[in-house]
Amino acid sequence: MSLPSLQNELSRRHFLSRSATGIGAAALASLVNPRLFAATQPPSFAPKAKRIIWLTQAGAPSQLDLFDHKPGLASHFDKDLPPSVRGEQRLTGMTAGQKRFPVAPSVFKFQQHGQSGLWLAETLPHTAKFADDICVIRSLHTEAINHDPAMTLLQTGHQIGGRPAFGAWVSYGLGSENADLPAFVALISRPSGPTNAQPLHERMWGSGFLPSRYQGVRFSSGKDPVLFLSNPPGITPARRRAMLDDATALNRLQFAEYQDPETQARIDQYELAFRMQSAVPELADLSKEPADIFDRYGPESKKPGTYAANCILARRLAERGVRFIQLYHRGWDQHNNLPSGIRSQCHDTDQPTAALLAELKGRGLLEDTLVIWGGEFGRTVYSQGVLTKDNYGRDHHPRCYSIWLAGAGIKGGQAYGETDDFSYNIVKDPVHIHDLNATALHLMGLDHTKLTYRFQGRDYRLTDVHGEIVKPVLT
Amino acid sequence: MKRIIYLVSALLLAEAAVRAQEPVSFSREIRPILSDNCFSCHGPDELQRKAGLRLDVREAALKPAKSGKLAIVPGDVRKSELLKRINSSDAGEVMPPPKSHKVLTSAQKQKLRQWVAQGAKYEEHWSFVAPSPVKVPSVRRKDWPRNPIDQFVLARLESAALKPSTEALKPVLIRRVTLDLTGLPPTPAEVDAFVADTSAQAYEKVVDRLLKSPRYGERMAVDWLDAARYADSNGYQVDRDRELWPWRDWVIRAFNENKPFDQFTIEQLAGDLLPNPTLEQRVATGFHRNHMLNEEGGIIAEEFLAEYTADRVETTAAVWLGQTFNCCRCHDHKFDPFTQRDFYSLKAFFHNVPERGVGIYANPIRQNAPPFVKLPSPATEAKLAALNGKLKAVNGQLTALTNRSVSGVEEWAQRVASAVVKWEPVSLLQASGGDQPPVIDASASTLEVGPQETRPNTVKLTARLPAGRLTALRLECGTTATSASFQWSELKLGQQKVRAIAWGDSLASGETEKVLDNDRKTRTVLAMKPERPVHAVFEFEPALAAESGREVEIEIGVENAGGPSRWRLFATDLQPDLLTPTAVEAITRKESAGRSKAEQQQLAAFRIAQQPDHRKLNDELGSLKKQVTAAENEIPTTLVMEEQKDPRPTFILMRGAYDKPGSAVTAATPAVLPALSPEMPRNRLGLAKWLVSTENPLTARVTVNRFWQQVFGSGLVKTSEDFGSQGALPSHPELLDWLAQEFIRSGWDVKQLLRLMVTSATYRQASRFTPALRERDPENRWLARGPRHRLMGEFIRDQALSASGLLVDQLGGPSVKPYHPPGLYEQITAGNGYNTYVPGKGDELRRRSLYTYWKRSVPHPAMLLFDAPFRESCTLRRPRTNTPLQALNLLNDPTYVEAARFLAQRMMKEGGSTEEARLTMGFRLLLARPPAPAELKILQAAYARAHADFTKDPEAAKSFLAVGSAGYDTKLNLTELAAFTTVASTLLNLDETVTKE
Repeated sequence: MSLPSLQNELSRRHFLSRSATGIGAAALASLVNPRLFAATQPPSFAPKAKRIIWLTQAGAPSQLDLFDHKPGLASHFDKDLPPSVRGEQRLTGMTAGQKRFPVAPSVFKFQQHGQSGLWLAETLPHTAKFADDICVIRSLHTEAINHDPAMTLLQTGHQIGGRPAFGAWVSYGLGSENADLPAFVALISRPSGPTNAQPLHERMWGSGFLPSRYQGVRFSSGKDPVLFLSNPPGITPARRRAMLDDATALNRLQFAEYQDPETQARIDQYELAFRMQSAVPELADLSKEPADIFDRYGPESKKPGTYAANCILARRLAERGVRFIQLYHRGWDQHNNLPSGIRSQCHDTDQPTAALLAELKGRGLLEDTLVIWGGEFGRTVYSQGVLTKDNYGRDHHPRCYSIWLAGAGIKGGQAYGETDDFSYNIVKDPVHIHDLNATALHLMGLDHTKLTYRFQGRDYRLTDVHGEIVKPVLT
Repeated sequence: MKRIIYLVSALLLAEAAVRAQEPVSFSREIRPILSDNCFSCHGPDELQRKAGLRLDVREAALKPAKSGKLAIVPGDVRKSELLKRINSSDAGEVMPPPKSHKVLTSAQKQKLRQWVAQGAKYEEHWSFVAPSPVKVPSVRRKDWPRNPIDQFVLARLESAALKPSTEALKPVLIRRVTLDLTGLPPTPAEVDAFVADTSAQAYEKVVDRLLKSPRYGERMAVDWLDAARYADSNGYQVDRDRELWPWRDWVIRAFNENKPFDQFTIEQLAGDLLPNPTLEQRVATGFHRNHMLNEEGGIIAEEFLAEYTADRVETTAAVWLGQTFNCCRCHDHKFDPFTQRDFYSLKAFFHNVPERGVGIYANPIRQNAPPFVKLPSPATEAKLAALNGKLKAVNGQLTALTNRSVSGVEEWAQRVASAVVKWEPVSLLQASGGDQPPVIDASASTLEVGPQETRPNTVKLTARLPAGRLTALRLECGTTATSASFQWSELKLGQQKVRAIAWGDSLASGETEKVLDNDRKTRTVLAMKPERPVHAVFEFEPALAAESGREVEIEIGVENAGGPSRWRLFATDLQPDLLTPTAVEAITRKESAGRSKAEQQQLAAFRIAQQPDHRKLNDELGSLKKQVTAAENEIPTTLVMEEQKDPRPTFILMRGAYDKPGSAVTAATPAVLPALSPEMPRNRLGLAKWLVSTENPLTARVTVNRFWQQVFGSGLVKTSEDFGSQGALPSHPELLDWLAQEFIRSGWDVKQLLRLMVTSATYRQASRFTPALRERDPENRWLARGPRHRLMGEFIRDQALSASGLLVDQLGGPSVKPYHPPGLYEQITAGNGYNTYVPGKGDELRRRSLYTYWKRSVPHPAMLLFDAPFRESCTLRRPRTNTPLQALNLLNDPTYVEAARFLAQRMMKEGGSTEEARLTMGFRLLLARPPAPAELKILQAAYARAHADFTKDPEAAKSFLAVGSAGYDTKLNLTELAAFTTVASTLLNLDETVTKE
């Protein structure tokens, strides 16, 4: 926990505790959570980013059909992937039994964009307009080859569940800028197309061994954007206010009697809950957004719960000072019918993603917002199942894949890292997920080696014992 | 704040001054410094060791390092390089190095210096040394202690010049102990009886009553389920159901029967290896099948077998030994003397289970991964025997029928071959259903079903049949996608009975029947290509007469659809016995002499199957089979441990990677702990007996500490999961050892141990903070006051249900699904039918929380919001946070809104006639004590306000009372009930309510 957030927490408590309690706010905070002081570390350097918007593409988008241009593959159509390239890479049970590993060149055309001449596939026409703002890392790699362990590694720095999500670390490290909203918000959308939507897991935005106040709060598109947010029928905000006043009056008597700081903390939490009851619906209500906003984000943006609608919400969350905004769009697991699947996924995500970048830029938010777009691993150059000229599938591939970064402190208009001719192995500048996380924390003003939490006798980090800041992607 | 720091430091300095004269304790003072700051490079892990220096073992620490210098020269502070380095101001020389971000305080440096000066004595880590007999300390104040626990506590308090608190008031005390031992609040009658009982043993009587309550086992089970990572789903990505609740019920029974903890251990770890194990003892071994199971497609079995076995090692080490073995999965432990070899030697005990490593996704949901045992009730067994008898008889009759020769096959075959089938298109009038409604094309002949991802879906169709008599209907299903697979589960044609008689392409005969069996779970998967539609023909039984209604309602059950699919329907008046599958038709077209024997048999069999008597028997057979399946599905199974005949070899896995085996190991206990006796078998049974042997220095300490944590809110060793050198030191080491020895002496008697704790004067103290205590001991480590902390989520809910009279106290059984925010599963999990949360009905909504269905990827929010773990791995200590999401849950969850209403009803019906009496009743139902005058005044004002408010807005009162499914007593005045309900809701949300006072 760093100093600024602590002060936030103190002033928030101070504001709420008024004076009836007879106990100083600072003492209160220290008693409630002595660890706050134990872990206090001021930021080591000035942060470039105040917040992160992580556009998680769950299911693993194919780097070969979006970012990693391999013109040479055309001449390898339906030829076997050379065993020397494949090396000792283990294969999933889905293709391990295949007799052949026929190379499947992308059906999509690639073009250079912007002044930088960044190569992007035709599936991303909207994102392409921001070619000079984004930095594609083509050499990201991971160890896991199945969705659950890989997504868990991407989110928590470890394949097995139990550790805090990236957002929880940031929330722990920096706290919230908004006293009425959580520091870490997760938003989930399903694909519109007929594709396999990989399941997610509450632990992916969980706080692991960190106290659960740091966990991500998932906003959903239903009646209650946050679980149990709405009062029951018949209970108006005025009635709720009156009931809370009763509870507070009784809790104050309790506090006077028992002097337990937890009681005071509970009074505060009920007040925060009450404020969330108005702050969250106001946030989630897109009806006052001007019509042209929906035009920018595309037709899907009017449907609550879509990726496009979530992108508008992401901007609203960013405006309100939420530190870590994580979107999950499912449906990138193209084991078969990849071309139509990718088209459909890009239909869902390309325009809204670009609209979000445009809006952040227009409102001056991109300067201090780090935007990350990507999934949990890459996909194989060889076809899973039958390969034809215009159809193929791709299996999971952990050795290399592409993601992009934009915004605060990122040197846009570049592709970093290189893979071999088959986008199977990295030949230059490998970036591990730990490196990515170390870099993102660095931009937030946090030293990944210092942001630690003692659990089971060990000081844990998001980056475990690894992680190097990828300096060339930074301005 | 400054004042507190000042006070605390003054206190520390004063203590330090006293201790400067005393010999330094390696265990208490030095090892924690070395462990935290030095061991990661100079500790047990050989591979990570720097400069050839090892500091955790004395002989090694006194040897010259690689540089030739001596880190420690006992008694000589000037020659000891360690002291020089820790005091160095040179960044390249100072220890710990700046890169480690570790900094020694000057007090720590001073301590190390003192220790070296005093001869650098080492002691073995306290928890690895068996407790030696402890003398119960004498205390100055003789009238306070009630049992030896109090003497240990008071001695410590007296040495710190602190006084114990007064005893808690009786209502507070009975609520505390009832919540601690049963997880439920006491009833007002129980409180009254206790208050009225002035005998010396009044409190002990309450404790004995609670220990005998079946609710005790339910309460005790909750912590054990966390430890055992119990859940009702397999975890990982797919996270489908599993069945292990019979094991959970075993745990409840074991606690209620007060099974001695050593036996409790042996049966759960190795019940199957006991001589002539009972079914119960085998059920107990479910403990180590609680780990997750991956069913994701394409996973590598070996990789996950390595995960499950590692999980068993880590869980065993944490639960019984209080050690963090996960550290030595990849390398030797950095802080404690456990090696990677120790880890894999322990794994060898757990590696011989005949398990596959992966789940089988194709299996029906709820089907457990072997090994498991079936637990049929006698009634089900009898039912199955009867059904199987009938099944055999009908099968016999059917075989006899099939084997008879039938005449006229050839004549029929010729009719089939020459038949001209005319299929008239059916006009489609209207269609509905699904997230994306199906579309009928302009010619009214084709229905297009969009992809439905989210939930099982029914397409409803109104169709107009062609004129004239009709005998059969044909459904055709095609796709526009290049290839698609599509699941079809049901077909219903209004009231009309139909029989599948022909099918083609990807459909097989058995599958056509699956869509007629009125069971959505049985489906046929249609793999389609645009050029190859799938079709199925259904005969009307009886045929539709010409004058019958021409419009028909058709229902098509469509599950997880993989691509847009098109349906077309046709009808015919052809004699139905001429409609055959393509393959049969092809045979009829051959010259009879040209048919092979197999073809002739196929033809005859098909003809015979068309005969009415055959059809009748076949229907009967189908119905019996369904009944057998249904009865078999009723039989609970439960996962168990078994031992393979041929043990799997076990290897040290390099860096913990499943595909990097190193040297082979055999089953052995950790080298640093007392050896496994040579008479013991080298299997799980030997391991279990070793864990609970009297020589084991850890198990009893770790176990009593956890029970202490359960009752006092925090263990004597605060890090109840870590008794290693990075763990906290015991606040009362002698008390811990005394309790551990007492526990063993009592024959590992858990109830006796808890009785000892809750009848102590220590436990009975009032829980008030005083300014002095708040400053000197905010965490209550010295126990100068009683425990006060928030209840676990389970018990907050149980308390609300119990106080409101809603709680259903059925013991055990399959897990149930109480109220749940709609759509929660759908948003997170895969979009299949079993991933929809369907709340239970009636009693299932109001069972104790430990029976709530636990899905690992989406645990029930009522628990998760209150710090329950995901149950993916062993958890021995839950955090206790205080968040706005908890407030929202208690304010707005229908569970609590309904409980508030029922609490209000009790207030009105049982509270008496005055408002004051009724409010007091509600207060007492939750808090045991009556409200103080100031509190009552607030409640009265709250009630009056709400009453006035609802009088003006009766509609609001009505809708507020309609929440949930339990209804309300309509004889009560609605406005009053609504007003009392708001007060009850406030009571349910009080700090005191969610707190054990």
